[in-house]
Amino acid sequence: MLSTGTVMTDSRKIVRVTHVTKSFKLGKLDVLALKGVDLEITAGNYISIMGPSGSGKSTLFNMIGGLDKPTTGKVFIDEVDIAQLDAYELAWLRCRKIGYIFQTFNIIQVMTALENVTLPMTFAGMADDAAAEKGIKLLEMVGLGDRFQHKPFELSGGQQQRVAIARALANDPAIILADEPTGNLDLNTGEEIIYLLKQLSRERGVTIISATHDIKMLNVSDQVVWIRDGRIDKIENRDELSISIGQIGTKPGHDTLSEC
Amino acid sequence: MQNHFIFHSAGLKSDKIDRLLVLPFMKSVEIAIKSIRVRFFRSLITTISLVLAVSFVSFTRVGSDVANGLLSTGEPALRQALIRSGYDLQPEDVSVGNSPKQQWIIVLSLLVCVVGIVNAQLMAVTERFREIGTMKCLGALDRFILRLFLLEAGIQGLIGSGVGAVVGGAFALFNFFLRFGTVSITTLSWTQAGLSVAGATLIGCVLSLVGVMYPAMVAARMQPVEAMRVEQ
Repeated sequence: MLSTGTVMTDSRKIVRVTHVTKSFKLGKLDVLALKGVDLEITAGNYISIMGPSGSGKSTLFNMIGGLDKPTTGKVFIDEVDIAQLDAYELAWLRCRKIGYIFQTFNIIQVMTALENVTLPMTFAGMADDAAAEKGIKLLEMVGLGDRFQHKPFELSGGQQQRVAIARALANDPAIILADEPTGNLDLNTGEEIIYLLKQLSRERGVTIISATHDIKMLNVSDQVVWIRDGRIDKIENRDELSISIGQIGTKPGHDTLSEC
Repeated sequence: MQNHFIFHSAGLKSDKIDRLLVLPFMKSVEIAIKSIRVRFFRSLITTISLVLAVSFVSFTRVGSDVANGLLSTGEPALRQALIRSGYDLQPEDVSVGNSPKQQWIIVLSLLVCVVGIVNAQLMAVTERFREIGTMKCLGALDRFILRLFLLEAGIQGLIGSGVGAVVGGAFALFNFFLRFGTVSITTLSWTQAGLSVAGATLIGCVLSLVGVMYPAMVAARMQPVEAMRVEQ
Protein backbone atom coordinates (compact mmCIF):
# COMPACT_ATOMS: atom_id res chain seq x y z
CA MET A 1 0.00 0.00 0.00
CA LEU A 2 3.04 2.12 0.43
CA SER A 3 3.57 1.93 -3.31
CA THR A 4 0.34 3.81 -4.09
CA GLY A 5 1.51 6.53 -1.73
CA THR A 6 4.72 6.62 -3.69
CA VAL A 7 2.89 7.33 -6.92
CA MET A 8 0.96 10.22 -5.42
CA THR A 9 3.94 12.03 -3.93
CA ASP A 10 5.69 11.83 -7.20
CA SER A 11 8.73 13.94 -6.46
CA ARG A 12 9.67 12.04 -3.31
CA LYS A 13 13.35 11.13 -3.22
CA ILE A 14 13.52 7.44 -2.46
CA VAL A 15 17.31 7.30 -2.50
CA ARG A 16 19.68 10.13 -1.64
CA VAL A 17 23.42 9.73 -1.94
CA THR A 18 25.45 12.66 -0.62
CA HIS A 19 29.22 13.14 -0.99
CA VAL A 20 29.84 9.44 -0.88
CA THR A 21 33.33 8.06 -1.14
CA LYS A 22 34.34 4.47 -0.76
CA SER A 23 37.86 3.15 -0.40
CA PHE A 24 39.08 -0.40 -0.35
CA LYS A 25 42.33 -1.70 0.98
CA LEU A 26 44.23 -3.51 -1.69
CA GLY A 27 47.35 -4.75 0.05
CA LYS A 28 48.98 -1.58 1.36
CA LEU A 29 47.25 0.60 -1.22
CA ASP A 30 44.03 2.46 -0.60
CA VAL A 31 41.93 2.26 -3.70
CA LEU A 32 39.25 4.89 -4.06
CA ALA A 33 36.33 3.22 -5.81
CA LEU A 34 34.00 6.18 -5.43
CA LYS A 35 35.40 9.70 -5.37
CA GLY A 36 32.50 11.76 -4.12
CA VAL A 37 29.13 10.87 -5.60
CA ASP A 38 25.92 12.84 -5.22
CA LEU A 39 22.75 11.30 -6.55
CA GLU A 40 19.04 11.64 -5.95
CA ILE A 41 16.58 9.10 -7.21
CA THR A 42 12.93 10.00 -7.51
CA ALA A 43 10.39 7.45 -6.37
CA GLY A 44 8.70 5.49 -9.13
CA ASN A 45 11.40 6.06 -11.71
CA TYR A 46 13.27 3.50 -13.75
CA ILE A 47 16.96 4.23 -13.37
CA SER A 48 19.82 2.60 -15.21
CA ILE A 49 23.33 2.91 -13.89
CA MET A 50 25.76 2.45 -16.73
CA GLY A 51 29.50 2.33 -16.77
CA PRO A 52 32.44 0.15 -17.65
CA SER A 53 33.78 -2.52 -15.29
CA GLY A 54 35.87 -1.01 -12.53
CA SER A 55 34.13 2.33 -12.78
CA GLY A 56 32.67 2.04 -9.28
CA LYS A 57 29.27 1.15 -10.70
CA SER A 58 28.83 -2.00 -8.61
CA THR A 59 30.09 -0.22 -5.50
CA LEU A 60 27.52 2.54 -5.88
CA PHE A 61 24.84 0.01 -6.72
CA ASN A 62 25.58 -2.09 -3.64
CA MET A 63 25.46 0.98 -1.46
CA ILE A 64 22.08 2.03 -2.77
CA GLY A 65 20.92 -1.50 -2.04
CA GLY A 66 22.05 -1.42 1.57
CA LEU A 67 24.61 -4.13 0.89
CA ASP A 68 27.62 -1.94 1.60
CA LYS A 69 28.34 1.13 3.68
CA PRO A 70 30.12 4.28 2.48
CA THR A 71 33.55 5.28 3.83
CA THR A 72 32.47 8.92 4.04
CA GLY A 73 29.23 10.58 3.08
CA LYS A 74 25.71 9.37 3.58
CA VAL A 75 23.25 7.11 1.84
CA PHE A 76 19.58 7.57 2.64
CA ILE A 77 17.07 4.97 1.58
CA ASP A 78 13.56 6.24 2.07
CA GLU A 79 15.06 8.97 4.29
CA VAL A 80 16.76 6.41 6.54
CA ASP A 81 20.52 6.74 6.88
CA ILE A 82 21.76 3.21 6.30
CA ALA A 83 24.99 3.77 8.22
CA GLN A 84 22.91 4.14 11.38
CA LEU A 85 21.25 0.76 11.04
CA ASP A 86 22.33 -2.36 12.89
CA ALA A 87 22.34 -5.83 11.34
CA TYR A 88 18.74 -6.54 12.30
CA GLU A 89 17.44 -3.30 10.83
CA LEU A 90 19.44 -3.78 7.65
CA ALA A 91 17.92 -7.24 7.27
CA TRP A 92 14.52 -5.71 7.86
CA LEU A 93 15.22 -3.10 5.21
CA ARG A 94 16.25 -5.80 2.75
CA CYS A 95 13.15 -7.80 3.55
CA ARG A 96 10.57 -5.03 3.31
CA LYS A 97 11.92 -2.08 1.40
CA ILE A 98 14.15 -3.56 -1.29
CA GLY A 99 13.65 -6.35 -3.77
CA TYR A 100 16.74 -7.86 -5.39
CA ILE A 101 17.09 -9.27 -8.87
CA PHE A 102 20.38 -10.90 -9.80
CA GLN A 103 22.24 -11.58 -12.98
CA THR A 104 22.42 -15.26 -12.04
CA PHE A 105 18.72 -15.39 -11.02
CA ASN A 106 19.62 -16.94 -7.63
CA ILE A 107 16.47 -18.98 -7.33
CA ILE A 108 16.91 -21.13 -4.25
CA GLN A 109 17.43 -24.54 -5.77
CA VAL A 110 15.78 -26.65 -3.11
CA MET A 111 12.48 -24.78 -3.31
CA THR A 112 9.69 -24.61 -5.88
CA ALA A 113 8.88 -21.39 -7.70
CA LEU A 114 6.08 -20.65 -5.26
CA GLU A 115 8.19 -21.38 -2.19
CA ASN A 116 10.84 -19.02 -3.51
CA VAL A 117 8.27 -16.27 -3.82
CA THR A 118 6.73 -16.87 -0.41
CA LEU A 119 10.02 -17.05 1.51
CA PRO A 120 10.38 -13.28 1.99
CA MET A 121 6.75 -13.14 3.11
CA THR A 122 7.46 -15.85 5.66
CA PHE A 123 10.39 -13.80 6.95
CA ALA A 124 8.04 -10.82 7.19
CA GLY A 125 5.71 -12.86 9.39
CA MET A 126 2.90 -13.50 6.93
CA ALA A 127 0.74 -16.59 7.50
CA ASP A 128 1.33 -19.50 5.10
CA ASP A 129 -2.09 -19.39 3.39
CA ALA A 130 -2.02 -15.66 2.78
CA ALA A 131 1.55 -15.90 1.52
CA ALA A 132 0.71 -18.73 -0.90
CA GLU A 133 -2.28 -16.82 -2.23
CA LYS A 134 -0.25 -13.67 -2.79
CA GLY A 135 2.63 -15.71 -4.24
CA ILE A 136 0.35 -17.30 -6.86
CA LYS A 137 -0.99 -13.87 -7.78
CA LEU A 138 2.53 -12.52 -8.21
CA LEU A 139 3.55 -15.51 -10.33
CA GLU A 140 0.45 -15.02 -12.50
CA MET A 141 1.43 -11.40 -12.89
CA VAL A 142 4.88 -12.28 -14.24
CA GLY A 143 3.29 -14.85 -16.56
CA LEU A 144 4.06 -18.07 -14.66
CA GLY A 145 0.62 -18.80 -13.24
CA ASP A 146 0.73 -22.44 -14.30
CA ARG A 147 4.27 -23.19 -13.18
CA PHE A 148 4.31 -22.39 -9.49
CA GLN A 149 5.00 -25.97 -8.41
CA HIS A 150 8.03 -26.27 -10.69
CA LYS A 151 11.52 -26.65 -9.33
CA PRO A 152 14.15 -24.17 -10.60
CA PHE A 153 15.87 -26.76 -12.80
CA GLU A 154 12.58 -27.27 -14.66
CA LEU A 155 12.47 -23.61 -15.62
CA SER A 156 14.32 -21.77 -18.39
CA GLY A 157 16.55 -18.80 -17.64
CA GLY A 158 13.87 -16.31 -18.56
CA GLN A 159 11.33 -18.13 -16.42
CA GLN A 160 13.73 -18.22 -13.48
CA GLN A 161 14.25 -14.48 -13.82
CA ARG A 162 10.47 -14.05 -13.79
CA VAL A 163 10.30 -16.03 -10.55
CA ALA A 164 13.02 -13.76 -9.19
CA ILE A 165 10.99 -10.70 -10.16
CA ALA A 166 7.90 -12.10 -8.44
CA ARG A 167 10.05 -12.84 -5.39
CA ALA A 168 11.48 -9.32 -5.39
CA LEU A 169 7.90 -7.97 -5.28
CA ALA A 170 6.84 -10.26 -2.44
CA ASN A 171 6.75 -7.67 0.33
CA ASP A 172 5.72 -4.71 -1.84
CA PRO A 173 9.14 -3.04 -1.74
CA ALA A 174 9.69 0.60 -2.59
CA ILE A 175 12.82 -0.20 -4.59
CA ILE A 176 13.80 -3.02 -6.86
CA LEU A 177 17.52 -3.41 -7.42
CA ALA A 178 18.40 -5.30 -10.54
CA ASP A 179 22.04 -6.23 -11.04
CA GLU A 180 22.54 -6.94 -14.74
CA PRO A 181 19.12 -8.59 -14.94
CA THR A 182 19.58 -9.46 -18.62
CA GLY A 183 23.26 -10.43 -18.40
CA ASN A 184 22.62 -14.17 -18.59
CA LEU A 185 19.72 -14.08 -21.01
CA ASP A 186 19.48 -14.11 -24.79
CA LEU A 187 18.40 -11.02 -26.67
CA ASN A 188 14.65 -11.69 -26.87
CA THR A 189 14.25 -13.02 -23.38
CA GLY A 190 16.27 -10.10 -22.06
CA GLU A 191 13.95 -7.70 -23.84
CA GLU A 192 10.90 -9.42 -22.37
CA ILE A 193 12.37 -9.10 -18.89
CA ILE A 194 13.16 -5.41 -19.42
CA TYR A 195 9.60 -4.68 -20.53
CA LEU A 196 8.19 -6.67 -17.63
CA LEU A 197 10.26 -4.55 -15.23
CA LYS A 198 9.16 -1.38 -16.96
CA GLN A 199 5.53 -2.44 -16.78
CA LEU A 200 5.86 -3.19 -13.06
CA SER A 201 7.50 0.12 -12.41
CA ARG A 202 4.63 1.91 -14.15
CA GLU A 203 1.76 -0.10 -12.68
CA ARG A 204 2.97 -0.44 -9.12
CA GLY A 205 5.02 2.70 -8.76
CA VAL A 206 8.09 0.73 -7.77
CA THR A 207 11.42 2.45 -8.22
CA ILE A 208 13.66 0.27 -10.32
CA ILE A 209 17.40 0.74 -10.18
CA SER A 210 19.44 -1.43 -12.44
CA ALA A 211 23.15 -1.68 -13.04
CA THR A 212 23.73 -2.77 -16.57
CA HIS A 213 25.80 -2.92 -19.69
CA ASP A 214 22.74 -3.59 -21.77
CA ILE A 215 22.01 -0.78 -24.23
CA LYS A 216 18.44 -2.13 -24.62
CA MET A 217 17.78 -0.81 -21.14
CA LEU A 218 18.17 2.77 -22.31
CA ASN A 219 14.85 2.67 -24.17
CA VAL A 220 12.81 2.15 -21.04
CA SER A 221 14.85 4.15 -18.53
CA ASP A 222 13.52 7.38 -17.12
CA GLN A 223 17.03 8.34 -16.19
CA VAL A 224 20.46 7.00 -17.04
CA VAL A 225 23.37 7.58 -14.70
CA TRP A 226 26.74 7.20 -16.38
CA ILE A 227 29.58 6.35 -14.01
CA ARG A 228 33.19 6.79 -15.00
CA ASP A 229 36.27 6.48 -12.82
CA GLY A 230 34.46 6.71 -9.48
CA ARG A 231 32.45 9.79 -10.40
CA ILE A 232 29.15 10.49 -12.05
CA ASP A 233 29.99 11.34 -15.61
CA LYS A 234 26.55 12.56 -16.58
CA ILE A 235 22.90 12.00 -15.74
CA GLU A 236 20.55 11.92 -18.67
CA ASN A 237 16.81 12.17 -18.44
CA ARG A 238 14.48 10.38 -20.79
CA ASP A 239 13.85 13.33 -23.08
CA GLU A 240 17.55 14.01 -23.61
CA LEU A 241 18.14 10.34 -24.03
CA SER A 242 16.42 9.80 -27.37
CA ILE A 243 18.96 12.12 -28.94
CA SER A 244 21.95 10.36 -27.48
CA ILE A 245 20.59 6.98 -28.53
CA GLY A 246 20.42 8.30 -32.05
CA GLN A 247 24.00 9.40 -31.69
CA ILE A 248 25.09 6.07 -30.30
CA GLY A 249 23.33 4.32 -33.16
CA THR A 250 25.11 6.40 -35.78
CA LYS A 251 28.50 6.25 -34.12
CA PRO A 252 30.92 3.63 -35.33
CA GLY A 253 31.83 3.09 -31.64
CA HIS A 254 28.45 1.50 -31.02
CA ASP A 255 29.74 -2.04 -30.53
CA THR A 256 32.44 -1.13 -28.07
CA LEU A 257 29.92 0.83 -26.06
CA SER A 258 27.47 -2.00 -25.75
CA GLU A 259 30.23 -4.33 -24.74
CA CYS A 260 31.81 -2.24 -22.06
CA MET B 1 16.30 1.77 20.67
CA GLN B 2 17.80 4.85 19.12
CA ASN B 3 17.62 3.25 15.74
CA HIS B 4 13.99 2.39 16.15
CA PHE B 5 13.43 6.04 16.80
CA ILE B 6 15.06 6.84 13.50
CA PHE B 7 12.65 4.54 11.72
CA HIS B 8 9.67 6.21 13.36
CA SER B 9 10.88 9.71 12.79
CA ALA B 10 11.42 8.83 9.18
CA GLY B 11 7.69 8.43 8.98
CA LEU B 12 7.50 4.82 7.81
CA LYS B 13 3.91 3.96 8.34
CA SER B 14 4.25 0.52 9.78
CA ASP B 15 3.45 -0.62 13.26
CA LYS B 16 5.58 -2.56 15.69
CA ILE B 17 4.49 -5.98 14.43
CA ASP B 18 5.84 -5.13 11.01
CA ARG B 19 9.35 -4.84 12.35
CA LEU B 20 9.48 -8.54 13.06
CA LEU B 21 11.63 -10.83 11.03
CA VAL B 22 10.72 -14.41 11.65
CA LEU B 23 11.37 -17.91 10.45
CA PRO B 24 8.99 -20.23 12.28
CA PHE B 25 10.63 -23.35 13.70
CA MET B 26 8.52 -25.78 11.68
CA LYS B 27 9.36 -23.86 8.51
CA SER B 28 13.06 -24.15 9.33
CA VAL B 29 12.66 -27.90 9.82
CA GLU B 30 10.83 -28.11 6.50
CA ILE B 31 13.59 -26.24 4.66
CA ALA B 32 16.31 -28.28 6.40
CA ILE B 33 14.69 -31.60 5.43
CA LYS B 34 14.21 -30.38 1.86
CA SER B 35 17.82 -29.40 1.45
CA ILE B 36 18.99 -32.72 2.86
CA ARG B 37 16.75 -34.56 0.40
CA VAL B 38 17.75 -32.49 -2.60
CA ARG B 39 21.43 -32.86 -1.79
CA PHE B 40 21.07 -36.46 -0.76
CA PHE B 41 24.49 -37.69 -1.88
CA ARG B 42 26.23 -34.68 -0.40
CA SER B 43 24.47 -35.31 2.89
CA LEU B 44 25.36 -38.97 2.63
CA ILE B 45 29.07 -38.18 2.35
CA THR B 46 28.87 -35.82 5.32
CA THR B 47 27.09 -38.47 7.32
CA ILE B 48 29.10 -41.50 6.35
CA SER B 49 32.11 -40.79 8.55
CA LEU B 50 29.69 -40.30 11.40
CA VAL B 51 27.98 -43.62 10.66
CA LEU B 52 31.34 -45.41 10.71
CA ALA B 53 32.59 -43.79 13.92
CA VAL B 54 29.32 -44.34 15.76
CA SER B 55 29.02 -47.93 14.62
CA PHE B 56 32.55 -48.52 15.92
CA VAL B 57 31.61 -47.08 19.31
CA SER B 58 28.42 -49.09 19.38
CA PHE B 59 30.27 -52.24 18.33
CA THR B 60 32.76 -52.04 21.22
CA ARG B 61 30.12 -51.05 23.78
CA VAL B 62 27.64 -53.78 22.86
CA GLY B 63 30.56 -56.21 22.63
CA SER B 64 31.45 -55.44 26.24
CA ASP B 65 27.82 -55.91 27.21
CA VAL B 66 27.73 -59.36 25.63
CA ALA B 67 31.04 -60.27 27.25
CA ASN B 68 29.69 -59.19 30.62
CA GLY B 69 26.66 -61.38 30.06
CA LEU B 70 28.93 -64.32 29.33
CA LEU B 71 31.06 -63.61 32.40
CA SER B 72 28.01 -63.44 34.63
CA THR B 73 27.38 -67.15 33.98
CA GLY B 74 30.58 -67.86 35.95
CA GLU B 75 31.63 -70.66 33.63
CA PRO B 76 35.45 -70.96 33.42
CA ALA B 77 35.26 -72.25 29.84
CA LEU B 78 33.51 -69.10 28.63
CA ARG B 79 36.00 -66.99 30.59
CA GLN B 80 38.88 -68.72 28.87
CA ALA B 81 37.20 -68.25 25.51
CA LEU B 82 36.79 -64.54 26.17
CA ILE B 83 40.47 -64.19 27.10
CA ARG B 84 41.41 -66.05 23.96
CA SER B 85 39.27 -63.70 21.85
CA GLY B 86 41.25 -60.72 23.10
CA TYR B 87 39.69 -59.45 26.32
CA ASP B 88 42.29 -58.66 29.03
CA LEU B 89 40.74 -60.35 32.05
CA GLN B 90 42.54 -60.55 35.39
CA PRO B 91 41.62 -63.54 37.57
CA GLU B 92 39.70 -61.32 40.01
CA ASP B 93 37.70 -59.42 37.32
CA VAL B 94 33.95 -60.00 37.28
CA SER B 95 33.18 -57.62 34.44
CA VAL B 96 34.76 -56.41 31.20
CA GLY B 97 35.77 -52.80 31.18
CA ASN B 98 37.11 -50.83 28.28
CA SER B 99 40.88 -50.96 28.42
CA PRO B 100 42.73 -47.61 28.13
CA LYS B 101 43.98 -48.71 24.73
CA GLN B 102 40.44 -49.29 23.53
CA GLN B 103 39.28 -45.97 24.90
CA TRP B 104 42.08 -44.21 23.07
CA ILE B 105 41.07 -45.80 19.82
CA ILE B 106 37.47 -44.71 20.37
CA VAL B 107 38.46 -41.14 21.17
CA LEU B 108 40.73 -41.02 18.14
CA SER B 109 38.06 -42.35 15.82
CA LEU B 110 35.62 -39.74 17.10
CA LEU B 111 38.18 -36.99 16.59
CA VAL B 112 38.83 -38.08 13.03
CA CYS B 113 35.09 -38.16 12.50
CA VAL B 114 34.62 -34.58 13.75
CA VAL B 115 37.41 -33.33 11.50
CA GLY B 116 35.72 -35.12 8.59
CA ILE B 117 32.40 -33.48 9.38
CA VAL B 118 33.94 -30.00 9.68
CA ASN B 119 35.64 -30.52 6.34
CA ALA B 120 32.53 -31.76 4.56
CA GLN B 121 30.33 -29.05 6.05
CA LEU B 122 32.77 -26.28 5.13
CA MET B 123 32.61 -27.49 1.56
CA ALA B 124 28.84 -27.57 1.75
CA VAL B 125 28.85 -23.95 2.92
CA THR B 126 31.13 -22.90 0.06
CA GLU B 127 28.87 -24.65 -2.41
CA ARG B 128 25.87 -22.86 -1.01
CA PHE B 129 27.26 -19.37 -0.62
CA ARG B 130 24.96 -17.99 -3.27
CA GLU B 131 21.89 -19.56 -1.71
CA ILE B 132 22.86 -18.16 1.69
CA GLY B 133 23.58 -14.71 0.25
CA THR B 134 20.24 -14.73 -1.54
CA MET B 135 18.39 -15.65 1.63
CA LYS B 136 20.11 -12.76 3.36
CA CYS B 137 19.09 -10.42 0.57
CA LEU B 138 15.53 -11.56 1.15
CA GLY B 139 15.80 -10.55 4.79
CA ALA B 140 17.19 -13.60 6.60
CA LEU B 141 19.01 -12.88 9.84
CA ASP B 142 22.28 -14.54 10.81
CA ARG B 143 20.45 -16.71 13.26
CA PHE B 144 18.06 -18.08 10.61
CA ILE B 145 21.03 -19.36 8.64
CA LEU B 146 22.70 -20.71 11.77
CA ARG B 147 19.51 -22.50 12.74
CA LEU B 148 19.06 -24.03 9.30
CA PHE B 149 22.57 -25.47 9.34
CA LEU B 150 22.25 -26.74 12.93
CA LEU B 151 18.91 -28.35 12.11
CA GLU B 152 20.33 -30.02 9.03
CA ALA B 153 23.29 -31.31 11.00
CA GLY B 154 21.00 -32.42 13.83
CA ILE B 155 18.78 -34.39 11.48
CA GLN B 156 21.76 -35.90 9.65
CA GLY B 157 23.35 -36.67 13.02
CA LEU B 158 20.24 -38.37 14.37
CA ILE B 159 19.68 -40.52 11.29
CA GLY B 160 23.37 -41.22 10.67
CA SER B 161 24.28 -42.12 14.22
CA GLY B 162 21.02 -44.01 14.69
CA VAL B 163 21.84 -46.20 11.70
CA GLY B 164 25.48 -46.47 12.76
CA ALA B 165 24.64 -47.47 16.34
CA VAL B 166 22.15 -50.15 15.31
CA VAL B 167 24.44 -51.57 12.63
CA GLY B 168 27.45 -51.58 14.99
CA GLY B 169 25.45 -53.20 17.79
CA ALA B 170 23.96 -55.82 15.49
CA PHE B 171 27.39 -56.61 14.13
CA ALA B 172 28.73 -57.09 17.66
CA LEU B 173 25.88 -59.49 18.49
CA PHE B 174 26.42 -61.39 15.27
CA ASN B 175 30.15 -61.62 15.92
CA PHE B 176 29.64 -63.10 19.42
CA PHE B 177 26.89 -65.37 18.20
CA LEU B 178 29.26 -66.90 15.66
CA ARG B 179 31.95 -67.47 18.27
CA PHE B 180 29.97 -68.47 21.34
CA GLY B 181 26.61 -69.58 20.00
CA THR B 182 23.23 -68.92 21.56
CA VAL B 183 24.63 -68.54 25.08
CA SER B 184 25.91 -65.08 24.11
CA ILE B 185 22.35 -63.99 23.31
CA THR B 186 20.58 -65.58 26.27
CA THR B 187 22.93 -64.17 28.87
CA LEU B 188 22.95 -60.66 27.43
CA SER B 189 21.34 -57.85 29.42
CA TRP B 190 19.17 -56.27 26.72
CA THR B 191 18.63 -53.07 28.70
CA GLN B 192 22.38 -52.64 28.94
CA ALA B 193 22.81 -53.22 25.21
CA GLY B 194 19.94 -50.83 24.46
CA LEU B 195 21.59 -48.18 26.62
CA SER B 196 24.88 -48.69 24.79
CA VAL B 197 23.20 -48.20 21.41
CA ALA B 198 21.33 -45.12 22.65
CA GLY B 199 24.53 -43.72 24.16
CA ALA B 200 26.39 -44.18 20.88
CA THR B 201 23.54 -42.42 19.03
CA LEU B 202 23.70 -39.52 21.44
CA ILE B 203 27.46 -39.20 21.02
CA GLY B 204 26.94 -39.17 17.25
CA CYS B 205 24.37 -36.37 17.45
CA VAL B 206 26.64 -34.27 19.65
CA LEU B 207 29.58 -34.85 17.28
CA SER B 208 27.51 -33.83 14.28
CA LEU B 209 26.47 -30.59 15.98
CA VAL B 210 30.01 -29.87 17.19
CA GLY B 211 31.32 -30.47 13.67
CA VAL B 212 28.85 -28.10 12.02
CA MET B 213 29.32 -25.29 14.55
CA TYR B 214 32.19 -23.52 12.83
CA PRO B 215 30.94 -23.99 9.24
CA ALA B 216 27.48 -22.76 10.27
CA MET B 217 29.00 -19.67 11.83
CA VAL B 218 30.95 -19.00 8.64
CA ALA B 219 27.70 -19.33 6.70
CA ALA B 220 25.74 -17.09 9.05
CA ARG B 221 28.29 -14.30 8.89
CA MET B 222 28.36 -14.33 5.11
CA GLN B 223 27.58 -10.93 3.58
CA PRO B 224 24.45 -10.68 1.43
CA VAL B 225 26.51 -9.05 -1.31
CA GLU B 226 28.06 -12.49 -1.95
CA ALA B 227 24.83 -13.36 -3.74
CA MET B 228 25.72 -10.83 -6.42
CA ARG B 229 28.93 -12.58 -7.41
CA VAL B 230 28.92 -13.93 -10.89
CA GLU B 231 31.85 -16.36 -10.72
CA GLN B 232 31.31 -20.08 -10.10
